[in-house]
Formats: sequence, C-alpha cells, structure tokens
Amino acid sequence: MSEKRGFLKEFNKNRTLFLMIAPTLLYFIIFSYIPMIGVYYAFTNFNFDGGLFGSEFVGFKNFEFLYKSGILWNLTKNTVLYNLAFLIIGNILQIVSAIFLAQLASKFFKKTAQSLMFLPYFLSWVLVGAFVFNMFSDLGVVNTMLKQFGLQPYDFYLNPAPWKYIIVFFNVWKGIGYGTIIYLAAIMGISDELYEAAKIDGANVFQQIRSITLPLLKPTFILLILFSLGGILKGQFDLFYQIIGNNGLLYDATDIIDTYVFRSLTVNFDIGMGTAAGLYQSFFGFVLIMTVNYIIKKTREEYALF
Amino acid sequence: MNVQAEKWPVARKANKGSKIKEDKATIVFNVIGYTLLTVISLVCLIPFWLIVAGSFTDEMEIISEGFKLFPHTISFEAYKSVFTTPEQIYRAYGVTIGVTAAGSLLGLLLTSMAGYVLSRKDFMYRNNLSFFIYFTTLFSGGLIPWYIMMTKYLGLKDSYWALILPPLVSAWNIILMRNFMKSIPDSVIESAKIDGAGDFLIYRRIILPLSTPGLATIGLFLALGYWNDWFNANVFITSDNKYPLQFLLYKILSSAAVLRTQTGAYLAANVVPPAETLKMAVAVVATGPIILLYPFVQKYFVKGLTIGAVKG
Repeated sequence: MSEKRGFLKEFNKNRTLFLMIAPTLLYFIIFSYIPMIGVYYAFTNFNFDGGLFGSEFVGFKNFEFLYKSGILWNLTKNTVLYNLAFLIIGNILQIVSAIFLAQLASKFFKKTAQSLMFLPYFLSWVLVGAFVFNMFSDLGVVNTMLKQFGLQPYDFYLNPAPWKYIIVFFNVWKGIGYGTIIYLAAIMGISDELYEAAKIDGANVFQQIRSITLPLLKPTFILLILFSLGGILKGQFDLFYQIIGNNGLLYDATDIIDTYVFRSLTVNFDIGMGTAAGLYQSFFGFVLIMTVNYIIKKTREEYALF
Repeated sequence: MNVQAEKWPVARKANKGSKIKEDKATIVFNVIGYTLLTVISLVCLIPFWLIVAGSFTDEMEIISEGFKLFPHTISFEAYKSVFTTPEQIYRAYGVTIGVTAAGSLLGLLLTSMAGYVLSRKDFMYRNNLSFFIYFTTLFSGGLIPWYIMMTKYLGLKDSYWALILPPLVSAWNIILMRNFMKSIPDSVIESAKIDGAGDFLIYRRIILPLSTPGLATIGLFLALGYWNDWFNANVFITSDNKYPLQFLLYKILSSAAVLRTQTGAYLAANVVPPAETLKMAVAVVATGPIILLYPFVQKYFVKGLTIGAVKG
C-alpha cells in the first residue's frame, strides 16, 4: 500500500518524465516482452489456425527431436566454433593493427589506413553477398585466375570445405576497423610517461610494447573476450545468410542456430521446432551472460554490466 | 640487440620533429607496421575494386572469361541499362530514403527522451526502468514469436511500418544516450528548474542542444542501420514496389528478380544484354551514397564507439 502511494506520489511529481519515457517502454513491452510469452510455441505442435493456445501441447517433444536427431548438436557446434574463430582471429588482428597504428609516425598513413579498415563496417551484408558472387561464382575472379593458370575451375557451390574460411574471412574483414578503434582508444589512454620512462631505461619499441602496451591492454582484451563469450550462442545471421543463402549442400558445415530458426519460419514452416531452437539459444545465452557478468563482478566490479 | 638499444634510445615522442637517427628495432617495427597495415587496407579495399571493375566490364568478356581483377574492356552498358529504365531503382531509393529519414528521426526522438529521463538523478525509477529496457538484450522470445507478433497480432505484413519499427529503438542506443546526457552537469538542470522551466522544456531547450554530438552519433547509427537493412524487407515485404534498395539488390543478386530493363533494344542490336555486369552496377548504385558520405560522418561513429566502449 505504501509502495503504491510512493509510486503515485512520484508519478504526480514527475508526470512529464513518465510521459516522455512511456512510448519507449510501450515499444519494449510490445516488441520484446509480449513475444516472450510466445516461447510457449516451443512446447506445441503449432498450427496456424489454433494460434498461441489453440495448438496441441506436446511438452518437450520438439526439444527431444532436436536433440535426438543430432540437429541441436550440429547447430551448437557450428555456432560456437565459428564465434570462437571470429573472436580469436578478429581480436588478434585488431590488437596488432591498433598497436601499429598507435606507434607509426606518418599521420597521413595512419588516417588513410584507419579509414580504409573502418569502411567495411559501413556496408550492407547484401554487398558482401555481391563480393562473394563476384569472387566465387562460376564466372568469379577465383575461377578466372584458376583458368588463367591452366587449372580446373572449382565449383564452390558444391563443396562445403572452403566456405568455413570464406565466412571467417568476411566476418574478420567487416569487424576489423571497429575493434581496432576500440583497442586504439585503450592504447591512447595509456600515459606517455610510462613510455618516456621505458625509453630512458633503454627499452626499444618491441620491449615497450611487450612490457607496457600489452599488459595494459589486457583488461580491455579480457573484458571484450568475456562479453563475446557471453554471446557465443548468438549467431551472425546476416553473414551466414548472405554468403550461404539457402544452399542445402553446405548446411553441415555452415548451419547455425539463427539460420535454422529462420528456415523453420520461412521454408519449412515448422514453428514449434524453430521456436524451440530459438528458446534453447535464448535460455543458454542468458545463463552464459549471467555467468560472465557474475565473474566480472567478482573480479572487477566497475566493469560489470549490471 | 639489447646493447644496441641502450646505445640509441628510441626517439618516440620526446624528439618529435628533430631528425635523430632511429635505432634498428624501430626501423624493423616501422617496416613491419607499414607493410602489414598497407596489406590489411588493400584487402579491405579489393572487394570494392572488384565490384566497380566488374560493373564497367563488357558483358561478353564476363561470359567468356569471367570476372577479373583487371578487365580488358571498358563498357558503360550496365549503367546505361540501369538508367534507361530507372523507375525500379528510383522507387527503391525512395523507399529507403523515406524509411531511413522517418525511422532515424522518430528513433532519435524516442531514444533521446528515454535517455534524458533515465539520466535524471532525481527520477526515482531510473534504475528499475534502465534494467527493464536492458533486460531485452539479455533474453528474448526469439525470431518466431516476434514475427508472429508483427504479422498476426499487429498486421504489419507488407507494411512500411514493418521496415520502420524493428530498428527504431534499441537498448544500446538508449544506454549510450543516457551516458552522453549524464555528463551534462546537474547544476544546469537545477538552475533551469529554479527559473520555472518544466521537464520537457528543459529537455528541448537545454539538454538537446547540449547533446548534439550524442544525437549526431546515434542518429547516424540509426540511419546506417536503416539504409543497410534488408532483413525486415525479406521477412515482411511481399509487393515489389515496396522493396527498399538493399533488398532489391539482394533479389537481383540471387536472380530471384530481374531488373526490368529494355531487353528489347538489345535483341535488334545483336549485343548480349548486361546481366552479370548489371548486378555489379546495381551494387555500386546502392552503395554509392554510403561511400560518398563516409568521409564526413566517420568521426561521429568513432566517437560513438569509443564512448560506448569506455562506459559499456
């Protein structure tokens, strides 16, 4: 009762503020909170006429199928391994680029390199699809080159093997500028005095990097890695869909949870199964991010998310 | 190596401008650095070159030999073809520009109002509501319940609103905006209150003008998201006169849609109508504005990233 009065009092005092944030709250209620009820589809044999509660309740049957058919394992494995590859290769390249960008003397070169590296971040994934088409289709640049060297053309669309590398390449390619900027900002925050002192002690540039830059980048690095690990079940739908599309021959090596859910909705019309895979992803993603946040809170509280 | 380094201490920042002989380690470092960054920059650029080169190649050369890094022929046929019957492209441009403008402005309004309310330290529920918004990034019902909400319950299938609403407000943007606004000193708000200004007036007259860098950054993030969006059109839009630019490009690339060009003109002239080169030309036309604006807006994005990175 007293709490309610407290709310009313606060509401009357700050009516304008409540009104200003109301549309945003309504937005999240409609587009985020109410759809959460829809995870119930995961436990039904969904039919379009029945809708939310008119469909047959089947318990954990959808999950059971996903698990026993091996689909869930394959999707999880692909999603996690791709994300790990993105994470490791991406971060290493970003740190190396940031270190060089911070130290090189030519301002013009630095500016140009930074601009070019950040450019892919601004492009749509559809354009990445256009690159892939230009390079790897029958008439693509790669096949043209193979023919020029007198080699047999290679049919990329029939072979899953190269796509792993192509996918990792384009992910790293698109994110390198973004990550480099974040690491560069962290390096710029390091006090010049440390480097001056190291120079007086006779440390060369490599020694400075090893004993000043890298150790001081470690917190940023660990933090970014931890947060990425929290999201490791979230797949990059745009990337996989624009590069692979609906080419069933390549699914074994390239199907992730997000592409599977999307296909359940648009190709197979298997709402129950798709929602189940999505709920699996959301649920374990939630557990993971909570764990990560707990670890960060224990060790470096100021960096915790909440 | 160590001995040498002691003999010639590195002249990093202390000797800026003066020409002091650099030590061996620095020379090695510079050679590696300039080479590596040049290579990475070129790799970032090459795909563009391929697309632009492809769009200016003669269709016959592509069909007989394939796409090349350096084509032998130059042809403007693909662009001519795009711009002799440009209605479809113009239409898609119109849709994209309209959706981008409407969505960015509306999104900016909602985001800035929410950010302002959550940044007010005298607002009792700011932490609860922040978490209410933030929680949506931690857990979601997934794609399918959201899709059913959009189509079955809101009836947004094939509606422009299906393009505007999904990217409109995001928890990240609100948090970013709140952090921008938190840096405005309380005393400014307090003195305005004493002068009798209401909460909305403070927002409009004081907070917004002081937050222009934040507004620019988030506005540009929103605009970029709208411009590059193809996903929402892919799941919601069914009639092709409502296709935004990126989705039209996607359809043309996947050959699901053929750009309506005057193929009739080619039959008589005994020339192959551009098809493969046309795809590349449409890609160039769809990306052009981003490339043209990029040099001017880059700094706002960098600013947004660094602030977001520092304060989470």
